Amino acid sequence: MADHALLEMRHINKLFPGVKALSDVDFTLRKGEIHALMGENGAGKSTLIKVLTGVYQNDGGEIRVEGKNISIRSPQDAQNNGISTVYQEITLCPNLTVAENMFIGREKDVFVHNRRREKRANELLGELGIPARGSQMLGNCSLAVQQMVAIARAVDMNCKVLILDEPTSSLDDKEVNVLFGLMRDLKARGVGIIFVTHFLEQVYEVCDRITVLRNGELVGEYLTEELPQVQLVAKMIGKDLDEISSFGEVEEKEFSDADIFYEAKKLSSSDALPFDFEIHKGEVNGFTGLLGSGRSESVRAIFGADKVNGGTVKINGKHVKITKPIDAMKNGIGYLAEDRKRDGIIADLSVRENIILALQVMKGFFKPISRSESEAFADEYIKVLNIKTASRETPIGSLSGGNQQKVILARWLLTHPDYLILDEPTRGIDVGTKLEIQKLVLKLAEDGVAVTFISSEIEEMLRTCSRLIVMRDRRIVGELKGSDLNQAQVMKTIAGGES
Amino acid sequence: MKNNFKNIFKNGLGQLTIPIIAILLLVIFNLIRDPSFFRITIEIDNAGNRVLAGNLISIINAASELAILAMGMTLVTAASGGQDISVGAAAAIAGSAFVKVLKSGGNINGLIVLLAFVVAVIVAMCFGAFNGTLVSIFKIQPMIATLILFTCGRSIAYWINGGATPTVDSSIVKAIGGFIPGCPIPTPVLIVIAMAIIFKLVFHFTSLELFTQSVGINGSAAKLNGINSTWIKLLSFIILGACVAVAGCIGVSRLGLINHETLLIDIEMDTILAVAIGGNSLGGGKFKMAGSIIGAYVIHILTVTLYAMKVPSTDVKAYKAIVIIILVVIGSPVIKKWFAKTAARIKNKKASAPMKGAQ
Amino acid sequence: MKNTKTFRREPLTDSQLLMTIAICIFLVMYVGAMLIFKGGFLRANQIFDILNDNAPLIIVSCGLTIVMIGGGIDISVGAVTSLVVMACALFLNNGGNVYLSMLLAIGIGLGFGLVQGFLISYLDIQPFIVTLAGMFFARGMTTILSVDPQKVNIDPIHNLFETIHRGALVNTSIDPQTFNTSTENLTELVRDGKMTFFEAIKNMNFRTLLEGKIKIDWLGYTAPNGNRIPASMEYGVVIALLCVVVIFLLLKFHKLGRGFYALGGNQTSALMLGINVKRTRFLSYVICGLLSGISGYVFLLHTGAGNATNAVGMEMNAIAASIIGGTLLSGGVGNVVGTFFGVMILNTIKKIVVTSGLNAPWWQSVTTGGMLCFFIILQSVVIFIRSKVRRSRISKK
Repeated sequence: MADHALLEMRHINKLFPGVKALSDVDFTLRKGEIHALMGENGAGKSTLIKVLTGVYQNDGGEIRVEGKNISIRSPQDAQNNGISTVYQEITLCPNLTVAENMFIGREKDVFVHNRRREKRANELLGELGIPARGSQMLGNCSLAVQQMVAIARAVDMNCKVLILDEPTSSLDDKEVNVLFGLMRDLKARGVGIIFVTHFLEQVYEVCDRITVLRNGELVGEYLTEELPQVQLVAKMIGKDLDEISSFGEVEEKEFSDADIFYEAKKLSSSDALPFDFEIHKGEVNGFTGLLGSGRSESVRAIFGADKVNGGTVKINGKHVKITKPIDAMKNGIGYLAEDRKRDGIIADLSVRENIILALQVMKGFFKPISRSESEAFADEYIKVLNIKTASRETPIGSLSGGNQQKVILARWLLTHPDYLILDEPTRGIDVGTKLEIQKLVLKLAEDGVAVTFISSEIEEMLRTCSRLIVMRDRRIVGELKGSDLNQAQVMKTIAGGES
Repeated sequence: MKNNFKNIFKNGLGQLTIPIIAILLLVIFNLIRDPSFFRITIEIDNAGNRVLAGNLISIINAASELAILAMGMTLVTAASGGQDISVGAAAAIAGSAFVKVLKSGGNINGLIVLLAFVVAVIVAMCFGAFNGTLVSIFKIQPMIATLILFTCGRSIAYWINGGATPTVDSSIVKAIGGFIPGCPIPTPVLIVIAMAIIFKLVFHFTSLELFTQSVGINGSAAKLNGINSTWIKLLSFIILGACVAVAGCIGVSRLGLINHETLLIDIEMDTILAVAIGGNSLGGGKFKMAGSIIGAYVIHILTVTLYAMKVPSTDVKAYKAIVIIILVVIGSPVIKKWFAKTAARIKNKKASAPMKGAQ
Repeated sequence: MKNTKTFRREPLTDSQLLMTIAICIFLVMYVGAMLIFKGGFLRANQIFDILNDNAPLIIVSCGLTIVMIGGGIDISVGAVTSLVVMACALFLNNGGNVYLSMLLAIGIGLGFGLVQGFLISYLDIQPFIVTLAGMFFARGMTTILSVDPQKVNIDPIHNLFETIHRGALVNTSIDPQTFNTSTENLTELVRDGKMTFFEAIKNMNFRTLLEGKIKIDWLGYTAPNGNRIPASMEYGVVIALLCVVVIFLLLKFHKLGRGFYALGGNQTSALMLGINVKRTRFLSYVICGLLSGISGYVFLLHTGAGNATNAVGMEMNAIAASIIGGTLLSGGVGNVVGTFFGVMILNTIKKIVVTSGLNAPWWQSVTTGGMLCFFIILQSVVIFIRSKVRRSRISKK
């Protein structure tokens, strides 16, 4: 087994102050295989990757590439040893050209030959089928292309080990397929690929082997065909699956027009085309569609997060004007933004301050919530939502992704909204928390709160929503409910009825 | 008891550690050098008042303008992630406006002084709003935006009084810059205390602190939570404008004249320094105003110490620079990490001994 | 996808666009001045005058541009320049060799660059504070080095008087016309801080260097009295232009130069791309320090005297010039040619103000401030519109 091992990591340990992030983890990557690294958030995946790429130094254990012991002290060390990484966030420079991004930092020449470089870049981009020009500014390319440029860079470096850290989270299906094509191509060339993702289907689509981590420890290494999806999830979360399957079908609810809480006609914003939309009290609906289809932009328009251009909005039958988030909040709307890090958490502030923020804004500048009151609120929600934090005064930035998300949820629950918009609340968080959030959504609906739920995982939406609005090319192309709510139908509507 | 001590050892006094250590070191150094350095005496000043005198008093007194500006600058830094380098120039403008109004009437009475002060505050707030508009609406980095006023501010001050440096002869103005009859504490110190109390009250009765920090740490999230970040940034500059006016008026009152070229000259750098010594990140976000105020006093103790050591006033800067560098090096993340690592290694040695036995 | 292979002209980058705007405005301004004021502006001497007076500023601004492209700031440049001027003046006056004095200038500049760069990039301290301390230190050292006014005898005062009439006195609070040359009066002025003493240079070798000028006859003009006055350029200008060219090439074609852009564009990305971020940042400050040293020497070549108030406010002028030339303080965008034109714009305005007879001293700084305001807002608007266009283009795809 070890004879064609490309990369071996043995007994890797990593300590952080107070936490053992990795304890005695083994990992083996063979030539020409795509190897999924799976685990919940906090399982140690990213720590392992960072040890391998030289961002962190391991506190024990050894790393071997093609049988040779190496030590990795910096990202350059990793590159020199043939280990390349493509991160979830684009780690290229937007103010340089595509060609420069592909070649900078690894050329031996002291002087730069732009022409030669661009020619080589164009050849490579053509070969890999990436729609970009070498002379283009990277900042002018779409996110997907930027990601592919990063891969092209790695490919050109003759990397032996390619690490893809959540590469598909900002790509739509078509782009994912292009990426998978690229991955298979590289695999055929003998490159070992470590694939980190939250999407289980994708793992089964391209991966040969799966290594599962849990709580910083190795659970095991499996061949993909020998490990059914259900078991994989079980190994990742380490609890019984009954809980997952305990979700029944969403029961049909009948809504009358009198129950309409929010109604928009021809609502449009700087980023969203005009659309009509309504939601009833106690209803859970979903927006679905590929990335860039306009689903996030539409809910942002509802909340007034972007510049609203036109349209009429009625809440409880009364005309209202919502042009800024504060307008929406005063009308009982809450919005949990898609990008938690960028639009959600205030990283250096405490959990308590993060929880009371929205309520404080609604109360106004001159009516601050007293210290004791805010502490009571924080304690209450930490308990209700089971937020794992050292104390209410811990900076939110030091919490894990799932717990950060719960704090943001608490922030909105505290405002007691009548209508809550959740844009990708389960993205990038562990399976356990995902289930908790889904349950919470259903419970809110029972209490009469209208909820809009957006998720890239259709299954998740099918489990929670009673009505799905499907978007394509920034337009609403269908509305599914009742018996139409199944995966096949949703896919068909998204794809445009071709299949 | 032991736990408490451990906590302080572990977490320190937070961001106030460095400024407090600096102040202690300077005080100890001075006491060793000259045990009577901090002696406070009661003297009788020219006007016949019994007033406090001594090095300590003159330090606290002289640092007043800096402390007031540092308070405003802390807010601007926290909200906008940048600094206003035009405070000196703006103070010159405010001071000129103050004197202009004082000079316009016949004799100077309390009402006119109050009016002049209000005019100065309004003028300075307008210039603050100008800076704030560039920063918050046009999204220009504060340092660049305030470079404009830095460049032409003193010229505007020049223009207000037609290039003259008029003197103001009034007992009220003298009292503002010196001592109120019957009160032994210098008035500027009282004003600093008043300003600090005002800020404390503002933080207590409004959400300024929470909102400012939110905007500074994550503007995008703050916006989505309904905070009007444009307004908060603008507000911070306007508040700084008010602080500038107060500092400018104190500066004018001390001398009894307005010199647009030299009033609070070079104070912008000291102000930013005070904020930084106070442990506040110049990149914005979380802030502690107390830190900045202590920072202002650190700078002045240092200056006065150097004077007391017979360093000529023009050379003080060089020595100041060395102390600043030592302070920031101690406070630098790399050195802190190194300390933490060394501490952890010592701890680990103790902890890992039994673990090894178990293996 | 096929047609992407055909040659296509890429749109201007932000750096190029901002630079183009700066150059255009400079041309418009200058041509306007030529048409309105005629006289001096029609002569090549005007340009050479601006260059002669501002060669040090050009050099310093180049260094600052590099630091700003890398996403940093250096406010010590003016003070370092002044320290170099003072140190070299003293060195030369105490019998120092001219060549050694050049080494001294470069050494001081490099020294500041190395220490500041080390503190900023390897100890991770905020650049503003470090270079602020550097500025304090350099200014303090300058005054420590400067001559004690009490010891000055008649002779240097005579020298000083000469220098004042050559226009080198920076302090504006003294009017050269009504200047009283009596020793008592001078000492009084110095005590009041209204005037500082020059360290006028007596070294003969240096004097020849100082007087040396490149004269271009055909660009000159004939004065009303019939004398032919050639356009003359000091050696300092040649050095400054050389610096601009070298740094332009460095930024455009050298690995290190591209590293500065990457660093300013996105620091984490630069690290992930395998750029030695710490070293790159370190070098940006070292180069800036080195240029400050060179600038100091050029300054000395221009004035021929050391003075404690030399180059006061130069750092802010340099920042202003870089900004006008299209360098953004946020990093990653900028161009040294733009910076050069930034310096030219700043000083052309001053010339225009003087020529239009607005002699009150506050006019210059008010117009400079207004110009700065105009450029800053213009850039902010341009960048905003471009990012909007870019975003809509991406989302349309």
